[in-house]
Amino acid sequence: MNDIETALGDLREEAPPRLTDRVMRAIEAADDYVEIPGPRGALYVAFNDEGISCVDAAGGGPEAFEEYFVGRFGRALRPASAPPRGLAEALATGDGRTLRYDLRGLTEFEVAVLRKALEIPKGEVRSYSWIAREIGRPKAVRAVGSALGHNPVPVVIPCHRVVRSDGMIGNYALGAPMKRELLDTEGVDVGGIEQLAATGVRFVGSDSTQIFCVPTCHDARRVTERHRVTFRSERDATTAGYRPCRHCRPAEARPA
Amino acid sequence: MSEGTLQERLAEDLHDAFGAFVAELRDDVFTAALRWSGNRSAAEDIAQETFLRAYGALGRYDAPRVRDLHLRAWLLAIALNVFRNEVRSASRRPSTQPLGKEELVVVDEGREADDLASTIVLALPEEQRVPVVLRHVLGLSYREIAEILGRPEGTVKAQTARGIRRLRDALTDDEPQPAEVRR
Repeated sequence: MNDIETALGDLREEAPPRLTDRVMRAIEAADDYVEIPGPRGALYVAFNDEGISCVDAAGGGPEAFEEYFVGRFGRALRPASAPPRGLAEALATGDGRTLRYDLRGLTEFEVAVLRKALEIPKGEVRSYSWIAREIGRPKAVRAVGSALGHNPVPVVIPCHRVVRSDGMIGNYALGAPMKRELLDTEGVDVGGIEQLAATGVRFVGSDSTQIFCVPTCHDARRVTERHRVTFRSERDATTAGYRPCRHCRPAEARPA
Repeated sequence: MSEGTLQERLAEDLHDAFGAFVAELRDDVFTAALRWSGNRSAAEDIAQETFLRAYGALGRYDAPRVRDLHLRAWLLAIALNVFRNEVRSASRRPSTQPLGKEELVVVDEGREADDLASTIVLALPEEQRVPVVLRHVLGLSYREIAEILGRPEGTVKAQTARGIRRLRDALTDDEPQPAEVRR
């Protein structure tokens, strides 16, 4: 019986005309991308006139990157011959503040979170609640976590430098093991942070300057063992007469 | 228009030739996606994503590889991949069920084609639906389908035949029970 087979042949349809328009528009809006060495393995970095739009580990190969990019942004990708200016330097120094980013499609809140993460220096970490407080949304700690999880440009915008305040390293867009490796490469003593946090310590101060810091702050790491004091909370530190460091801003600076 | 095969034109100037490539294959890709998914808006999205991924791949391939491509089968293999990802991510989002009956192409008792279209989606498991659509709706050869699916030709033939049998059973049933096959 061929009836069904004939009927199946009639199920062919013309694509709606707008499909072609949509496809061609997405091609016109295509981003360029390059493969470039990152601090832990090669990265794919996509960019357009607005700036850097997408970063992913290159381990999965170009097809996986195209799949991810097209699925997430709905634009096409084409290989570029040169990376955007300043990218290699930013990756080498771990400071992406001078680069331009294409963060269209993110909410204002998400952009604020990512801009704040850009300020965290290489070799240091901050907590999710630190970001929440710094952008004026102290209660939005969880939302900070998801905003960082959606970071389209990980590594370059260093969301890996944001960890849980209980010392756990936390999740990461490119996987928790990669987060640990990146921090390790940047000279962060991940094990030390975890141990310190496990004992309840949140801040480190110097009894000669009477200033307290987050433990990875550049200033905190210069304090000698003899002058080093630890605090379990902001209140402990301020009660002891310490003021927050102006660099790492462990707590909102208050008028004395 | 320019001379040479579509493959040659794509190898020479991808950007210039891509419009012709889309025009040539959009109906195939859209039909496959529509008959696999049973959902028009999903089919449009799948087709769009398929072409964008094809653009990326063509940009990466060197000229000899592009010239040797069997464009239709190659593109339908990408479409299948996009479709499967779509099904997978839709099952992770429990709020949307692209294969749910309410979103299907209109089931109109008076029109046999619509009946058949929904039965394909509701009664056939994916491993039969995909080759049935490729073989009987789009008219691909078993060899091409075997290439797309990465399965032996014999397996593909058997799956297609089983699909047709099942389709016939489902359509001659007095009371089709789509709920049973929807899992």
